[in-house]
Amino acid sequence: MPQLLLKNCQIVDPAAKKEYFSDILIIENKIRTIARDLQPGPDTKVIDLQGKIVAPGFIDIHVHLREPGDEDKETIATGTMAAARGGFTSVVAMPNTKPAIDNEAAVEYIKCKALSDGIIEVLPCAAITKGRKGEEISEYGILKKAGAVALSDDGDPVANPEVMRRAMEYSLLVNLPIISHCEDKNLAGGGAMHEGYYSTILGLKGIPCLAEDVQVARDIALAEYTGAKLHIAHISTAGSVELVRTAKKKGIRVTAEAAPHHFALTDAEVVGYNTNTKVNPPLRSEEHVKAIIEAILDGTIDAIASDHAPHTVENKNVEYDYASFGISGIETSVAAALDVLYHQKKMPLIDLISRYTTGPASVLGLDYQGLEPGRTANLTILDLEQIKRVDVNSFASKGKNNPFHGREFKGWPVMTIYQGKVVVGN
Amino acid sequence: MGIKRKDLLGLQNVTKQEIELILQTADSLKEIMNRDIKKVPTLRGRTVVTLFYEPSTRTRTSFELAGKFMSADTSSLSVATSSVVKGETLIDTGKTLDAMATDIVIIRHSAAGAPALLAKTMKARVINAGDGYHEHPTQALLDMLTMKQHLGKIEGLKVAIVGDIAHSRVARSNFWGLTTMGADVVLCGPPTLIPRDLTKAGAKIVLNMDEAVKDADVVMMLRVQLERQQKGLFPSIREYSQFYGLNKERLSLAKANALVMHPGPMNRGIEITSDIADSVQSVIEEQVTNGVAVRMALLYLMGGGVSDASASA
Repeated sequence: MPQLLLKNCQIVDPAAKKEYFSDILIIENKIRTIARDLQPGPDTKVIDLQGKIVAPGFIDIHVHLREPGDEDKETIATGTMAAARGGFTSVVAMPNTKPAIDNEAAVEYIKCKALSDGIIEVLPCAAITKGRKGEEISEYGILKKAGAVALSDDGDPVANPEVMRRAMEYSLLVNLPIISHCEDKNLAGGGAMHEGYYSTILGLKGIPCLAEDVQVARDIALAEYTGAKLHIAHISTAGSVELVRTAKKKGIRVTAEAAPHHFALTDAEVVGYNTNTKVNPPLRSEEHVKAIIEAILDGTIDAIASDHAPHTVENKNVEYDYASFGISGIETSVAAALDVLYHQKKMPLIDLISRYTTGPASVLGLDYQGLEPGRTANLTILDLEQIKRVDVNSFASKGKNNPFHGREFKGWPVMTIYQGKVVVGN
Repeated sequence: MGIKRKDLLGLQNVTKQEIELILQTADSLKEIMNRDIKKVPTLRGRTVVTLFYEPSTRTRTSFELAGKFMSADTSSLSVATSSVVKGETLIDTGKTLDAMATDIVIIRHSAAGAPALLAKTMKARVINAGDGYHEHPTQALLDMLTMKQHLGKIEGLKVAIVGDIAHSRVARSNFWGLTTMGADVVLCGPPTLIPRDLTKAGAKIVLNMDEAVKDADVVMMLRVQLERQQKGLFPSIREYSQFYGLNKERLSLAKANALVMHPGPMNRGIEITSDIADSVQSVIEEQVTNGVAVRMALLYLMGGGVSDASASA
């Protein structure tokens, strides 16, 4: 049986709430021993991780793998490779594919494709409503049995509050989180960027923060009334963060995720009309970015999720108004977080890592596997000191649409171990 | 002599010196239009293409005549906005025009930033003839030329710009240009047609038109798009014209010799009454003439006109 010995690990494990130095022995796909000064056997592969951080495998709970339907943008093969390079061992695949993941055959398809083509684990998210039309709720019982871990119409909001109410109520049967893409389309009004100073001077139609706030308020009210588990996707405004904070204090079952571009970039980036800055929700102004960072630090935001949304060059190399929304961000998520949150904002590393591990796991209600003997050997290894410039041309993702291109980040994922195998790194 | 920047995409970052150079050049080239034979050889052998993705008659004609008066070869490409979805991309159209040895491209587009995209990907110099709600620099230049010719200066003038500020590229370009030149600009319109955070750019915003017009040297009216009413941005044409229309009574609040301007086309009886539009204070037709002069100046300054151009002009 293959043996892998990781020497001199600086382990940061939010599941066990422990930080310590040790060696880790992996046999086949499981952690066998965690102890100091372990000696390799004759057939043991040894990797010295002196100076590196070893954490339980990271989860990105918001990823668009685009398969089936948009294989020119991404496939399960390229998307999971990109995820592994970004330091992830699990991703939640969003159901806005063509066709939408709203029945058990579609869930089954994702699982099969992930097994045959995937580099890491793919957890399917199923649609809240049939065809993601916001009209009739889909078969949550059957979908969960097939393997769905969450429910979302992401990409589109469930506009009708009555439908959302019934969706939340019915979700109690399966106890899956409803991941809500909070956007009032009337208020968003077909805008292309955040409404504020920069939309005014650039002459682009703005999306007000209200479009998000109003819908977050509605969904929290519905969650309180129904008792359902609500998860706010890609939260981006000071107003909605405050709503979530208050709701949590009241004991409402609500969680939230934020994307790196919403804490590492502002709407000032849109100057020059670089379409790689076009994303929904849009890059916000300074005061919103500050509020997002604060909410990640204080735990109001449970998870950092990339909202990885790869697009073709053709989708982006056009006028700003005509460009597709989305950022291919899974390969820069962890680096952006380490640079901005850990190095600049001095967020404790164990807290930061929890936003990629225990945080997303609790959103999904998963039994999270920390680093313990007997557990599956899924590990993310970080180099906090590595300084590297983002280069989209080196991405494994088919999507090169990333506004961090050319920016230098300090702190990068350097190795990913999935089921005992080094899938990325030496 | 000339403008160093490759393209003219807006007035936001154009310096006072550049604006002065353009206005002075326009002032001297304007004389050509009064000649019996309205043609100088200055831009002989230069190619100017107008690329319009939005319907326009006056701006396009103005650019084309400006080019022809200077002996440039002008050509026009009309693209229906609907074909954008299926047809050639803007970048490819730009490459095609480059391949045809175009020197200057004049672009109008409903999408803000389209001229910037073209400029970034083309060798030819690009002049923005209006993009979305972003900028319309040549309109602001011709407005400033008109003010300067009538009032002798721009610095210190109180200019009231009234109407749909939110959807107006004319208002934005004038705001930047006039502010750079030292004018005191007041923007006025119904609250639903004032864009967000404009005050952060240093703009003065007044909702009451009487207050905005009071003691103004220039009252610039903007065209109100009637479809904005259907989108619920103001209740009715009747109310709009009562509160934001320029009539004799309101104009009397401005300085005695205040100029009345409008970029056209006008909605007579809505944002401006006919008697005011046709009054002695109105310089609306002159704005059109100055439009040609300003565009001649820009083509000259950006078209690499021969060094004796000003002499031949």
